Amino acid sequence: MNNASTWQLLSAIMRRDLAVALRRRSDIINPLLFVVIVVTLFPLAVGPGPDILGRIATGVIWVAALLSALLGSERLFRDDFLDGNLEQLVLLPAPLPVLALGKISVHWLLSGLPLVILAPLCALLLKLPIDAWGILMLTLLIGTPMLSAMTAVGAALTVSLGRGGALLSLLLLPLFIPLLIFAAAAVESTLVGTSAYGHVLLLAGLMLLTLTLAPLAVAAAIRVSVN
Amino acid sequence: MWKWLHPYAKGEATYRLLGAWLPWLSALAALFVAVGLGWGLFYAPPDYQQGDSYRIIFIHVPAAMFSMGAYTGMAIAALIALVWQIRTAEWAIAAIAPVGAVLTFVALFTGAVWGKPMWGTWWEWDARLTSELILLFLYIGVLALYYAFNDARTGAKAAAILALVGVVNVPIIHFSVYWWNSLHQGATITKFEKPSMPVEMLTPLLISIAGFLFLTAALVTQRLRNEILKQELHRPWAQQQLGVEAEHGV
Repeated sequence: MNNASTWQLLSAIMRRDLAVALRRRSDIINPLLFVVIVVTLFPLAVGPGPDILGRIATGVIWVAALLSALLGSERLFRDDFLDGNLEQLVLLPAPLPVLALGKISVHWLLSGLPLVILAPLCALLLKLPIDAWGILMLTLLIGTPMLSAMTAVGAALTVSLGRGGALLSLLLLPLFIPLLIFAAAAVESTLVGTSAYGHVLLLAGLMLLTLTLAPLAVAAAIRVSVN
Repeated sequence: MWKWLHPYAKGEATYRLLGAWLPWLSALAALFVAVGLGWGLFYAPPDYQQGDSYRIIFIHVPAAMFSMGAYTGMAIAALIALVWQIRTAEWAIAAIAPVGAVLTFVALFTGAVWGKPMWGTWWEWDARLTSELILLFLYIGVLALYYAFNDARTGAKAAAILALVGVVNVPIIHFSVYWWNSLHQGATITKFEKPSMPVEMLTPLLISIAGFLFLTAALVTQRLRNEILKQELHRPWAQQQLGVEAEHGV
């Protein structure tokens, strides 16, 4: 098989994943609604004063994003595992990590990207100063691909379990910590008026590292799971 | 080297090898831990600043060291298990992880107990404490994944992948937590570095560290032996072994 067919397979899989996901829109919308509702709960819990809300806004939005990534993770491999598509994926004459990266990309397109677009609404609800909206969206734009890639590793590891929800959060949340730290630090430094450049660059570096290594881990995990 | 190593891919050979090591490791562990802790807790001079409460260092530091050392060992076992598909290495993950988790917990607990009189608080979001806590979560994750599957082999491989993902992340987490710490709070507590220790304190500490090393090795050895026996129960040698041990009343 030559290179062209790998790309053909990849694009076929991505188009298929997109089509399947778009036919079940509630799976896409529910995690987003989850984020909005979590964000709504915080002012009710800690009080609506802008001083408190503005301080915790970034953290709340990011934690909500992490949790919603866990919620939406089933969509990645679960159905494919149940109907045998995952095995076909392993058998395809194309490198499995490349195909995994394709699935991760589609997942990000339907879970990460909407979150980036939704971020200003959440920032508005939490009274985050408007100067920081741009940097919040930027950190989400850089961070959510990482989120999708790491979630894919966890989802591929637990796909054959069926009841992997709580386990998945146990596996993944500790690994999300650097992402959370750098994203929050970037927004924080914008809020206090210093440059967020360094944090954003670090975040971008982490994203590239994750997108390079995670597909390999996903491929290994898929092979274990379909065994 | 491979010719020499090859037999140990088989459960029985490893079981016997570990069995030969175990008494030595246990004896060394008992000796060094007893001497190190006895010396440290009773005979070492009290600290000029911290009085007697510094003595918990003789447990805290070795536990913290080998909580990380055990994770490294587990990751190496995971790599061997994934690359060379050696089942003994898969079982080693299950043998090491609980020991490492307990060491991590001991390090956290003694740290909290030490922190209360010294810093006035059980818990501080200090970089070292935070990364140790995350290490505990990573151990628990590996263990949970290992035992989540009905098929032990799948669980072991999944846990091996997770352990390797974790080991890539450990330096990143460590580094990010340090940085986060320096951003969010001044260096209130990080002035923790030991003022170069007098030799009367350092010697028992080193002995205690060696003791914990042997203790960790002995515990892992015993756990790995149990795991091998459990997994190979259907094989004649294991049944024979159990029969022999039952006769001797071991």
